[in-house]
Formats: sequence, structure tokens, C-alpha cells
Amino acid sequence: MEGLTLSDAEQKYYSDLFSYCDIESTKKVVVNGRVLELFRAAQLPNDVVLQIMELCGATRLGYFGRSQFYIALKLVAVAQSGFPLRVESINTVKDLPLPRFVASKNEQESRHATSYSSDSENQGSYSGVIPPPPGRGQVKKGPGSHDAVQPRPAADQQEPASPVVSPQQSPPTSPHTWRKHNRHPSGGNSERPLAGPGPFWSPFGDTQSGSSAGDAVWSGQSPPPPQENWVSFADTPPTSTLLTMHPASVQDQTTVRTVASATTANEIRRQSSSYDDPWKITDEQRQYYVNQFKTIQPDLNGFIPGSAAKEFFTKSKLPILELSHIWELSDFDKDGALTLDEFCAAFHLVVARKNGYDLPEKLPESLMPKLIDLEDSADVGDQPGEVGYSGSPAEAPPSKSPSMPSLNQTWPELNQSSEDTAIVHPVPIRMTPSKIHMQEMELKRTSSDHTNPTSPLLVKTSDLSEENKINSSVKFPSGNTVDGYSSSDSFPSDPEQIGSNVTRQRSHSGTSPDNTAPPPPPPRPQPSHSRSSSLDMNRTFAVTTGQQQTGAVAHPPAVPPRPQPSQAPGPSVHRPVDADGLITHTSTSPQQIPEQPNFADFSQFEVFAASNVTEEQDGEAEKHPEVLPTEKASDPATSLRIAQADGKIEEKTAASVPANVSKGTTPLAPPPKPVRRRLKSEDELRPDVDEHTQKTGVLAAVLASQPSIPRSVGKDKKAIQASIRRNKETNTVLARLNSELQQQLKDVLEERISLEVQLEQLRPFSHL
Amino acid sequence: MVHTSLDVVDEKISAMGKALVDQRELYLGLLYPTEDYKVYGYVTNSKVKFVMVVDSSNTALRDNEIRSMFRKLHNSYTDVMCNPFYNPGDRIQSRAFENMVTSMMIQVC
Repeated sequence: MEGLTLSDAEQKYYSDLFSYCDIESTKKVVVNGRVLELFRAAQLPNDVVLQIMELCGATRLGYFGRSQFYIALKLVAVAQSGFPLRVESINTVKDLPLPRFVASKNEQESRHATSYSSDSENQGSYSGVIPPPPGRGQVKKGPGSHDAVQPRPAADQQEPASPVVSPQQSPPTSPHTWRKHNRHPSGGNSERPLAGPGPFWSPFGDTQSGSSAGDAVWSGQSPPPPQENWVSFADTPPTSTLLTMHPASVQDQTTVRTVASATTANEIRRQSSSYDDPWKITDEQRQYYVNQFKTIQPDLNGFIPGSAAKEFFTKSKLPILELSHIWELSDFDKDGALTLDEFCAAFHLVVARKNGYDLPEKLPESLMPKLIDLEDSADVGDQPGEVGYSGSPAEAPPSKSPSMPSLNQTWPELNQSSEDTAIVHPVPIRMTPSKIHMQEMELKRTSSDHTNPTSPLLVKTSDLSEENKINSSVKFPSGNTVDGYSSSDSFPSDPEQIGSNVTRQRSHSGTSPDNTAPPPPPPRPQPSHSRSSSLDMNRTFAVTTGQQQTGAVAHPPAVPPRPQPSQAPGPSVHRPVDADGLITHTSTSPQQIPEQPNFADFSQFEVFAASNVTEEQDGEAEKHPEVLPTEKASDPATSLRIAQADGKIEEKTAASVPANVSKGTTPLAPPPKPVRRRLKSEDELRPDVDEHTQKTGVLAAVLASQPSIPRSVGKDKKAIQASIRRNKETNTVLARLNSELQQQLKDVLEERISLEVQLEQLRPFSHL
Repeated sequence: MVHTSLDVVDEKISAMGKALVDQRELYLGLLYPTEDYKVYGYVTNSKVKFVMVVDSSNTALRDNEIRSMFRKLHNSYTDVMCNPFYNPGDRIQSRAFENMVTSMMIQVC
């Protein structure tokens, strides 16, 4: 069924009638009793009345919504005009006179007749049936808006041709033809069919007068006669520039927006649906909007560019200011383009506006587009819609925060943060198991401020473990390296974290000092690592200090492959030992350096670590495997050492320390050496600063001695084992050193940040 | 007054040839003997200038506040610009924009 087109006069009349029947002031449904009374007054045979009621859908709905009521009235007019009652007749009958209801209040009748029979002249044809239109001139009895209508009739005499039909043109056909606001078509229609004054209900008179607003309403309402489903953006001059802003009464009408093919039934449905939420988009409406969207943008998931939307909505003849406001409301994400949801919201707002609804200050919930991007700014004011609609239940969740989008959002944030943190704590991630743990712990401690979701970290963990994540994983080093590093939360300390994570997992003592790139703790004696050969901690520290942030990143690769962890885990744990492995371990450049020496040491170490693995590593082997998987790059040697260290470190440390010391190895510059031990016992060793130093020394010693290992490897098993032990110890020491350095690095980074902030603050002044 | 400030702004812009990106152009000091007010200028990358005039009676707003105000102003302005119905050069009639500006001004007063 096509939408019902009402002329202005008709609309006014109907509205008045509706108000009359709407004794409960529901503005939505008229009391059936009144309606029936009205119909009876129409002096139509009962069966006709029944037919009318059926046609308008009231029987189906059980009540008379505004649209139904209007349809019914129209049908009454049709019937009174002698036309067969058909749905089509609603709109097809041209120049349909106003339905006449013989009411007691004759005066109003006449008045109404006068007012509504604006087109008496036009309606000549119906004069016979309809009482001569009482002074047309009086049509606009109300507000000046009527005047607008007034001239229209005259001007639109021709239009009446298909007053009822005019609306039809738009909706059904051209996608962009919006039913003109009744005013427009009514411009044509308004006057026409009111030839017959139709029965004017006295009540109307009362109501009319009482609600001269009603007249205004009429004009306001004229826009969208209930059946006028669509605001037609015809080309006629927008005479009816939103005269009718009659929120309340228009409400129902507004909702009656049927898709082009709106039928009365649809209208009725729409109306009823509108009752709940003035701003809700009915399915039909939505479908229509979607169709319109498709005409502009075939891809429903795509955007309508601003310019196209502008053209489209300009056809609605709304003032630019209004359109601008509508755009502001509907372009949720402020991207200058409209998504389907945004478009529907905008369309709906335009429709509402054309129907007389005032635009809200803030987007009603039901119109809010489903946010894809959580960060979209909602341009919604805080004021409730002027229309008085309380944001009815949002159709779509006001902010769609799909986990994915949110996650996506967080990712970039994380990235950025990680970036920052990376900058701050460019702790390279070491995969060495031992380190990881320690690092992790350290990181946790230090990087509490960085709230990087562990998720990225976790994700990265896997990656890190594989390569020199140090470089790339500055941000998510920990994540990758440490599988179980769920706790690692700060990027900056990622490398450390990772190291610690891994360490933790493995629970290897691992002191893969090289792992987490603990920046050489400034306090630590950076000294020249006398055993440069074994562990060029000096270099490491020097580097670290210099480039706190970059260190971490740069470091990794340099890590010489640690001795295959295979040592510890034995055959089972054959980490992907390789030069890179070690490198990966080194999270920070400083570490790299140290690692290199380690590399040299460890590689040898690996050789015979493998051989020696079995014996000691049984327990550790398990750990190593764990470690290995996670930190592929991790230094096998380190892990091995760690593993070994685990079991032995404590005992060995003591022993080795003296031994190492005895070796006269130059004090290892890298204080972190002792870290290893920490990694091993995970928690026990970690915070052992003293040990750290010791370890450092030990480590240095160990490292120093390592070079010699290769030589002895092939020769003396015992020597190998001894070197293994030493290496382990060294690992521990280094790990510890690493952690300490990392801490220092963090501190320094924080300082740097503060300085940068200060600098920024001061910067503006530079321009003065 | 505002025009004078604009002249000063232009002057500054041309002066800072290298720091064109600086958005925090503050121009404190444009105080006339009789009218004590301060004028703050803010230039965007597209050479759109925002001039803010404040009375000195208000204990001088902090620099940060001014900057944040300008930032908000800039953001709102871009939002307005996004509207395809808005013709650059027209008077801005966006309600949201006006609300933002009003709230901002109320905030500091």
C-alpha cells in the first residue's frame, strides 16, 4: 500500500480529528470509541466503516494509531466521495475532499470546512459530494505557517492533480526521491482536496482553537501526513521549510516513514513502533535507508564520502545549518564520511526534521552507529533532544566495543606505549632462560608503571624466543620470550622481562646474563672487564650507558650463541644454539658485547656442554627444554649454564667464586654476572646483589676462563665440566648483572623522560 | 584589538620560519596600557589562526591552560571542518562547537 499522502489541509484536518479522538492525549492512539463515533458521524454505512477500519489496519492492530487514523479518515473521504474503498484509493483519488463527519458542532464544521477547504476551488469536481468548501481563504487559520500554505494552494492549483498521489512519486521510485515533506507536495496537495470542507467536527473547532497550535501543528504536520511516509526531496521549493515543528504531534507522523512502498499497514506498524522510541528506526525505514545507501555506495561496509552525502542530503531541502547539525550528530567518528549506520542515522534525522521534529542536541542512542572504533568521539551533546525524546533504548549499543576493535585499539596503543617504553626501557629481550626469569622479575618491579597488556607480551613471547627479538622486541620482548611471562607487563623492561619470564619459566638459574639486556648498571663498576675475552662487559656497559634505549635493541644480535643448552638438558635440550642464539639473549647492546665474549666462551662451552649435559642436567634438562622452546634464541649455553648453575650454582658459586677469583680473572665489569644465579633459583638468587658482585667477579672469572675451555674441551672431560660450571656461574653472575643493569637503565630512562618533559615545557619559551 | 593581534600573529609567523610547526605560539605581552588584556595566538599547520583574548583581570591563565584551550579549540575546529556542509569561510554555526567554546570559557572564568 502506498503511503498516504495528505494535503496540508487534510493533514490539518486529520490531525485535529486525531486530537479530538485522542482524548487520552496519548498522541498515539485514539480511543476506539471516539473513532467509532467519528466514523458513525461520517454517515457511512456500517459495512463501509468496517471496511475502512480494516483497510486502515486498525482492526489488525486493534487500535487506531495516528497513521491508521489518518488512513481511515482518508478512506472516509473516499467513501464519502463515492469512490470504492480500496487501499489504493487512498492515494489515487485525487482531490479527495475532506471526510465529512456530521458532528454536532457545526460551527466548527464550518470553521473547519473553511479552514480545510482551502482548495475548494480546486476541488470543484467534488463539490457535488462535498459541501462547498467554506471560505477557502480561511484555510490557514492558524499561524502564519498557514499562510505559507495559503499561497501554495493558489500556486499549486495544478499540483492538486495528483495530490494524493504526489507523495507516491517519490518514495517508490527514485531512490533519492524522498517524499517531500508534506508541505511540499502538499504544497500541491494541500489545497486541493479540501474542496469539500468535509465534516468539521466541532470538537475540532475546539481543539483547533484550543490548540491553535494544532494549526500550527497542521502546518507543521503537514509535512508528513501520517501516510506521507517519506519526506520527498522533490525539487519544489521548500516552501514548507520546516514550519511544522510540532514535536509532539509530529512524532507519530515522523515515525511513519515507510520505505517507498510504504503502505498504510506499514504506516500503522511504523507508527506503533515509533511510539516506543521516537528515534528508533523501523525496519522498513532502515531498509529504505540501506537501499539509499546502496545507491550511493554499493558496498555496505564502505563509506559515503562527505561530498556525496552532502549532495544527497541537500536534496532534502533542509537548510544547510540543519544539515550541518545533522551531520555533526551522525558522523560519529568524525571522519568526514558516513558508514551505513551513520548514514541511516543521518537519514533518519533528516526525515525526522522534515516531519517537524527538532533535531536533538545529541545523537539519540537508537541512532548511534555501532562504534567500531572505540576511540571515535561521540559528538553528542549532553542535552536531551529538544524533541523531548529521551534516548530510547539504544538500538545499537552506544559504543560497540567489540573485543576485536578494542583489542585492535589497544594494540596500537600498546605499540605506542611499547614504543615509548621501549625507548624508555629498551631492554632487549633475552631469551636466555635464566635471564628471563630474572629479567622478568626485575621488569615487573621496575616496569610497573608501564602498563602494557601482557597480551602483546605474550604474543611476542613466542616470537622472541625465536630470534633476536631484542631488536624487534624492544617492545614486546618479554612477551615473546617468555611464554609463561604472563606477568610481564612492561614493555620497556620487556627484554628484561622476557628474560625474567623465560627465566622464570625455566626456573633455570640461568643466568643468562646476556639474555635480558640488563643495561650495565651504572653503579656497577663498569670497568673494564679485564676478561674482555670472556665477557666484554666493559664494552657492554659502556655501550649501555651511552645508549640506554637503543642499547637494548642493538644488543641482541651480538650475543654470541651461548653454549648449547644442550648441555644441561642434554640432548633433549638442544636449543637452537647458534651464534644468534646468544645474540638473542643479549637484550641490550651492552649485553651484546658481553655476550660476544660469552659467545666465544659459550660456544666452546656448548661443545662440551653437550657432552656433559647428561650428568648434571637431568633436573635441569627439563627446565632447559622449557627454556629452549620459549627462547629459541636464548642462549643454549646460557641455559645450560643456568641449568647447571641451578643445581650447582649455589654450591659452585661459592666454590667457583673463589675458584674464579683465584683465577685472577679480572673483575668482570659486568656486574650483572651474578644475575645468573638469581635466575636459577628464580627468586632466590635474583636479588642477590652481593652475590651479584661476586658473581660478576665469578663470571668474569668464568668467562675469562672460558676461552680456555675450547682447548680443554676436547681434551679433558673434567676440564670441560669445570668450565661448564664456571660458565654457569658466569651465567648467573651475568644474569644478575643484567638485571641490575636493567634496573639502572630504567632509572636512567625515567630520568630521561623527565628531562624531555622539562625540555618540552621549556621549548615554547624558546620562541619568545 | 583583534586585528592588531592578527598583525602581530602574522609577524610572528613570518618570523619563525623554521618552527612553523609550533602550535603553541603564545604571545603574551600584548598588553595595552589601558586595556589590559592578553592575546594568545595559535597557528595551525594550515595557517589557520586562532586568537584568544583574555582579560588580565583574570589571574593570568596558566600557559598550560591556554594551550589546552587552544588544543580543544583546534580539535573542535577540525570537527567542524569535517562537516561537508560547512563551507570554509562561513561563520561557524555548529552548536557543538559553540558549546565547546562556551564551556571552555566558562571553565576559566
